[in-house]
Amino acid sequence: MTALADAVLSGDIRALSRLLTHIQNESPPAKEALAVLYPHTGRAHLVGITGAPGTGKSSLVNSLAKAYRAKGLTVGIIAVDPTSPFSGGAVLGDRIRMRDLAGDRGVFIRSMATRGSLGGLARTTGDAVRALDAAGFDVILIETVGAGQSEVEIAHEAHTTVVVEAPGLGDDVQAIKAGILEIADILVVNKADQPNTQHTVRALKAMLDLGANRPSEFWHHSRLSPESSLPAQPEAADHWETPVIETVAITDDGVEPLLQAIDTHYEYLRSSQRLHIWERARLESELASRLKDALLDRLVQHTGQEKVKQILDQLTERVIDPHTATESLLNAANSHRQGWNSTAIQDQE
Amino acid sequence: MGQRKIRVLVAKPGLDGHDRGAKVIARALRDAGMEVIYTGLRQTPEMIAEAALQEDVDVVGLSILSGAHMALTPRILELLQANGMEDVKVILGGIIPDEDIITLKALGVAGIYGPGTSTADIVADVQRMVEDPQ
Repeated sequence: MTALADAVLSGDIRALSRLLTHIQNESPPAKEALAVLYPHTGRAHLVGITGAPGTGKSSLVNSLAKAYRAKGLTVGIIAVDPTSPFSGGAVLGDRIRMRDLAGDRGVFIRSMATRGSLGGLARTTGDAVRALDAAGFDVILIETVGAGQSEVEIAHEAHTTVVVEAPGLGDDVQAIKAGILEIADILVVNKADQPNTQHTVRALKAMLDLGANRPSEFWHHSRLSPESSLPAQPEAADHWETPVIETVAITDDGVEPLLQAIDTHYEYLRSSQRLHIWERARLESELASRLKDALLDRLVQHTGQEKVKQILDQLTERVIDPHTATESLLNAANSHRQGWNSTAIQDQE
Repeated sequence: MGQRKIRVLVAKPGLDGHDRGAKVIARALRDAGMEVIYTGLRQTPEMIAEAALQEDVDVVGLSILSGAHMALTPRILELLQANGMEDVKVILGGIIPDEDIITLKALGVAGIYGPGTSTADIVADVQRMVEDPQ
């Protein structure tokens, strides 16, 4: 059943849009289509745009997309907004800032809600990016929720991470706190027509100087590979120097230098082993995460709700401790080892 | 593991600048667990149809207080058809005279809500339209 995937590859926008819905809903047609599309991914430059609310991310995405279009490149945009933890609903309002892109067939904008994921992206954002990549867009801009300092997930999803700041949102101490500033390949001070812009620019540059010669890759320890198989860190001389670029997104000021910096970063990744290293680390992390979910599901399904409840009861009554509870569940699964394997085979059909 | 959410586009076509109603509806739909793509003011029919296509929405909600509903709504319906989105339900909020209501419903508008309609009723209608389409 590759009709949907084939349609996406041939440029059918309706099919792409439908596929993105399947992806968001994690429904079976998504898996089938993604399997067909995966070999067609890896062409697009993935650019993440993150930063606190009110810094002008959406306006910047609008400006950047226009600039890319002027260069003849096609642009896919994924804009993520938060799902309400109370109602499960969301208002996705990033499109409002992107009016200039309306009517252009070379731009595709899709809004996604986080649906419970933390970290600034939806769980399915990675697969949505793959769909746009396979559909042939040259650049994919991924705009995160922008809730705060620990939104580092974007560094896993994008080749180039742009962190957007605005003047007057914090003092020098804010600038050196861990979190999103560390993942920036490019720092942007937007709304640079405001009075205290230079103060913010200086604070950021000072922070960067303090951190000079830090390893530029964002490592995430995954359980899949032992420590010793990690590739060696590149030399200090080859480190990327994070630029600080001033922009006024709503008038497109500073967007050309920003686009240059983004392109330069991509060249930097491609000209060394870094792109490959990044891809591999990111895929390893993704595989580990998917395995955790799938194995847990399979274990629970196989062990049966009865047994799970029994162990949970014992745990709650303090008859057994959490470590023992974990071992008990694993042993319960092991004792039906043969049955476990046939369940696995059945699921594949 | 995954979930299916109702996705609704809320837009104000034309030059009408009063968006409080649209925002109230957007909020109500969000509180009912739906994902609302809020595109705001001064949308052309082409922009609305394009957004509906890219976002693969279930429902398009139009807020029109300017009296231009007869000029705008049929055009939007036409564009949705042309984009292969004839399954999408179109609903309309605003000041709509009775005779126009009849015409618009005949054209395929699934719901028309005048001032004072309770948001609970609109939410229930949207849920029914999507989960139990005729």
